Amino acid sequence: MPSRLHEWVVTVDHKRLGILYIATALIFFAVAGVLAALMRLQLAYPNATFLPPDVFNRLFTMHGTTMVFLVGMPFFAGLANYLTPLMIGARDMAFPRLNAFGFWIFLFGGILLYLSYVTGEGLAGHGTAPDVGWFAYAPLTERAFSRGTSTDYWILSIILTGIGTTASAINVIATIVSMRCKGMTLARMPLFVWLMLVVSSMVLFALPPLTAGQVMLLLDRYLGAHFFDTQAGGSAVLWQHFFWVFGHPEVYILMLPGFACASEIIPVFSRKPMFGRPAMIGATIGIGMLSSGVWAHHMFSVGMTASSNIYFAVASMAVGIPTGIKIFNWLGTMYGGKIRFDTPMLFCIGFLFQFLIAGLTGVMLAVAPFDWQVTDSYFVVAHFHYVLLGGLLFTLFGALYYWFPKATGKMLSETLGKWHFWLLVIGFHLTFDTLHFAGILGMPRRIYTYAPGRGWETLNLIASIGVIFQAAGVACLVWNIIRSLRKGKPAGNDPWDAWTLEWATSSPPSDYNFAVLPEVRSSRPLWDLKHPEDPDWRYE
Amino acid sequence: MTPSIAANATGALQETGALKQPEWTLPDRGRVAVFCLFTTEFALFSIFVVAYIFYIGKSLSGPMPSQVLELPIWATICLLSSSITVAIAERALKSNQIQRFKVWTGVTILLGLEFLRNTAVEWSHLIRDFHLTISTNLFGTTFYSLVGLHASHVAIGLMLLLLAFVLGLRGSMRGQARRFELLAWYWHFVDAVWVAVFTVVYVIGR
Amino acid sequence: MNSSLRIAGALFATVEFSFGQNVHSVANMFRPQATPADSVYNVSMLMLAICAAIFVVVGGLLTFTIVRFRRRKADDPREPAQVYGSNRIEIAWTVIPVLIVLVLGMATARAVVEVQDKRMPADALKVTVIGHQWWWEFRYPDLGIVTANELHVPLSTAAKPAVAALRLESADVAHSFWVPQLAGKTDVIPGITNTMWIDPRQQGTFLGNCAEYCGMQHANMLIRVIVESPAEFERWVAEQKLDATADPRVAAARATFLSLNCINCHTVSGTEAKGTFGPDLSHLMSRTTLGSGMIPNTQENLRAWIKDPQAIKRGNLMPNLQLNSRELDEVVKYLSSLK
Repeated sequence: MPSRLHEWVVTVDHKRLGILYIATALIFFAVAGVLAALMRLQLAYPNATFLPPDVFNRLFTMHGTTMVFLVGMPFFAGLANYLTPLMIGARDMAFPRLNAFGFWIFLFGGILLYLSYVTGEGLAGHGTAPDVGWFAYAPLTERAFSRGTSTDYWILSIILTGIGTTASAINVIATIVSMRCKGMTLARMPLFVWLMLVVSSMVLFALPPLTAGQVMLLLDRYLGAHFFDTQAGGSAVLWQHFFWVFGHPEVYILMLPGFACASEIIPVFSRKPMFGRPAMIGATIGIGMLSSGVWAHHMFSVGMTASSNIYFAVASMAVGIPTGIKIFNWLGTMYGGKIRFDTPMLFCIGFLFQFLIAGLTGVMLAVAPFDWQVTDSYFVVAHFHYVLLGGLLFTLFGALYYWFPKATGKMLSETLGKWHFWLLVIGFHLTFDTLHFAGILGMPRRIYTYAPGRGWETLNLIASIGVIFQAAGVACLVWNIIRSLRKGKPAGNDPWDAWTLEWATSSPPSDYNFAVLPEVRSSRPLWDLKHPEDPDWRYE
Repeated sequence: MTPSIAANATGALQETGALKQPEWTLPDRGRVAVFCLFTTEFALFSIFVVAYIFYIGKSLSGPMPSQVLELPIWATICLLSSSITVAIAERALKSNQIQRFKVWTGVTILLGLEFLRNTAVEWSHLIRDFHLTISTNLFGTTFYSLVGLHASHVAIGLMLLLLAFVLGLRGSMRGQARRFELLAWYWHFVDAVWVAVFTVVYVIGR
Repeated sequence: MNSSLRIAGALFATVEFSFGQNVHSVANMFRPQATPADSVYNVSMLMLAICAAIFVVVGGLLTFTIVRFRRRKADDPREPAQVYGSNRIEIAWTVIPVLIVLVLGMATARAVVEVQDKRMPADALKVTVIGHQWWWEFRYPDLGIVTANELHVPLSTAAKPAVAALRLESADVAHSFWVPQLAGKTDVIPGITNTMWIDPRQQGTFLGNCAEYCGMQHANMLIRVIVESPAEFERWVAEQKLDATADPRVAAARATFLSLNCINCHTVSGTEAKGTFGPDLSHLMSRTTLGSGMIPNTQENLRAWIKDPQAIKRGNLMPNLQLNSRELDEVVKYLSSLK
């Protein structure tokens, strides 16, 4: 094996592994994006025959599963592993080999999922990849209704990637707790690190219900167990409970790393410290805790009692409070600042508007009666794409433009960055603003086609056109990365005039990060160095 | 607070003013990691326990717990006392008494093996005499999965203890008290889980 | 290839078809026509008003901030005032959302109870809805009627309210019953019996869909709720209660039908066909569509369906019975007589 490739394969360096995670996530993102484009092509016209039903059903299953487990989660792992040691003044993660293990088992799980296209068998020989939806409700997933092995590929790949995620989470927590540099009390950690700590803690509680459910499903399918076998008295709803006990915290696990990036970028580009840092930390912990008690808002139509529905409705509205507070804090950070509109900040501003809308549609969905109408419809599809694309992905793209210079020593092109941003904004809104209305007009989700005359044709056509712009935007990003790696402007240590420890290292950082482990006195050590006349530690 | 003078990393002396940071000690990373592991394992076992409790009395047919289950007193004594023996081994290793460490680790392994042997006997009795398997009814499903999940954790623990024992024989365990402590913690955790499983399956569920 | 052209033609015919016969083809949840949908509508209006207000205020502040505090070329290079927070502001923007949640929570609770805990009147029409992969079975236990895919209910007026109480059961996997203009959706889950109710106050056909992914043909598991005047409803009931027409002119066709495997899955009342896996065919011609809302119920479509159901609704659980031309003609002839 050529020695450079060999280095990457055997590396235990957190920076290399971080880059591997993020690069893999981007590749899976492109793949899942293609799957989505195919679906939107099929749905652009009523009664289209571009894709038969079984292919379409596999597409939405693979698209959802990929985006959640093979894009969202590795972005968390990649960012956390790359930046945490740098931000806390350490030389690597607490367990570098565990880090490598986590990456490779994640990659294997992802490949296993896609291997199903080649080797899995589906219903009556029709299918290959899993086609049960990304949350795979029982008893559709039981042997009787999902013959062949395609569902098993789904189960096994999720178990594997789940182990990888748990390994990352343990590593992140141990690193943050045990390896902060001198003077960096928990209160002085960057918000990014705080958010990653909370996310990792949530992973510890949220992943096991998923793993348990998968194991139970596997036992049902192969050893004749009856966990979700309704013929034997098993409960289909129990699967839903177990899944959503994982699934709801999961969406916060996906989103919080986006908040982490926004909380680093917005202050720097507003030239002000985060407004209300303690409240931000408190709100984050609040979200972490509250989010584990609201899962059944995914199950309002299942037939729970009125009291249960009311509890989950109110609790779900309540968890919107700390989330909303964060928006206000970011707003307060920008207010009175001197805002620079470089690409990282553009993406964060897009995030703020879009996440505001996403949060509001979330509050709407918490109103159980409204949810009875729009759950399992395109309204909810629009809502969660607003959260994950309009919210998370925008912050992740912002993060890419912000930290790419640190990781590679080269700046990404601002011009291409702006093209990327604006094309994505246009495409995103064309697609997802319209889909809210399709849901209100009764269009359910996961349908491979629809009849004309239901009021859905125009909306779907517009939504499909949006894909073109989104694809063009992502193409700009890919081109930007390739071009900048070769001839990007040299970045220097601190291209953005920022304040956290990673900007005190070279770009890219040397293998050992810091020649001398730093000692800090505030949450913005570089601000203190650059402004000795007005250091933060006087006010914290 | 008295002002103190602390040496920073480059060796220059620096007055730290009112911020007294004489020592910067953070928790041991191994302990933090194992604690995280317990959290996640606790969550995992909880789901199987919830499933067990949810399905109590809901089997449509087949043998019921009260008809086939007997309290595994001997197995419980073995497992719980193995917590004591592993603690003795841990203390021995800390004070470098390698021989004592080996003996008590060996005893722990034997007690753990006896626990598993008991489980195997119980299961073969259930399968052969009562025809209770994981696919018989909801009781069979939840019983074998919960007890089996616990037993698999015991097995993993035993393999690690065996590894420690063999390393002890080769003289490689000297100075590894910190690591063995983590293994001992894991073993205590597995025992604590057994208390919960025992209560749910053999006391409440019957 | 010929058959797929015909299928495309049949499907296209659905376009013209759905606009006729008083079909409310756009199922807009904001045009409710029954009390449960009204309850949802009312709380949704309050919710929309609140959310719109929040959007305008916060969005407006965001826009203002971005414009007012952008860095200008003429700006001096000094950093702006480093403000760390403000207790008063932060408390205010915590308290206000809490109050909003309280208000919205109470309105939600009221609407939930209004819909879920409503007592069914003694004269409510009882219907058992059974979800199958990929069609709906409707049984009227008090009336002895079994039909498929089209739910007939009487119109509810202020003078004579008419509630239909639905019990939802599943024969296989999880489905969901959703007719937006009449009520929110309720899931149809094996092993559980859920209940819901509707009291439609406008005549015509209301469209709905299965709203829980249930396998290959989830998209084509449509619901038609046909709301009729009390008189028309009584007439329909009377017709459905009768045994299937035994027209002597199709006696030979009937014999052919009864000799084929069709009877293993389908019921035709008053005959030896007592299968329950597929839809009841006793009054097949009284229905407007085939394939659970996929294609209009015409002779030609019926023939195409029976000839090869897989070509029209791929993956559905009716196999291609490989009938020869004569058998096919006979079966179609017979079924066309079942009014």
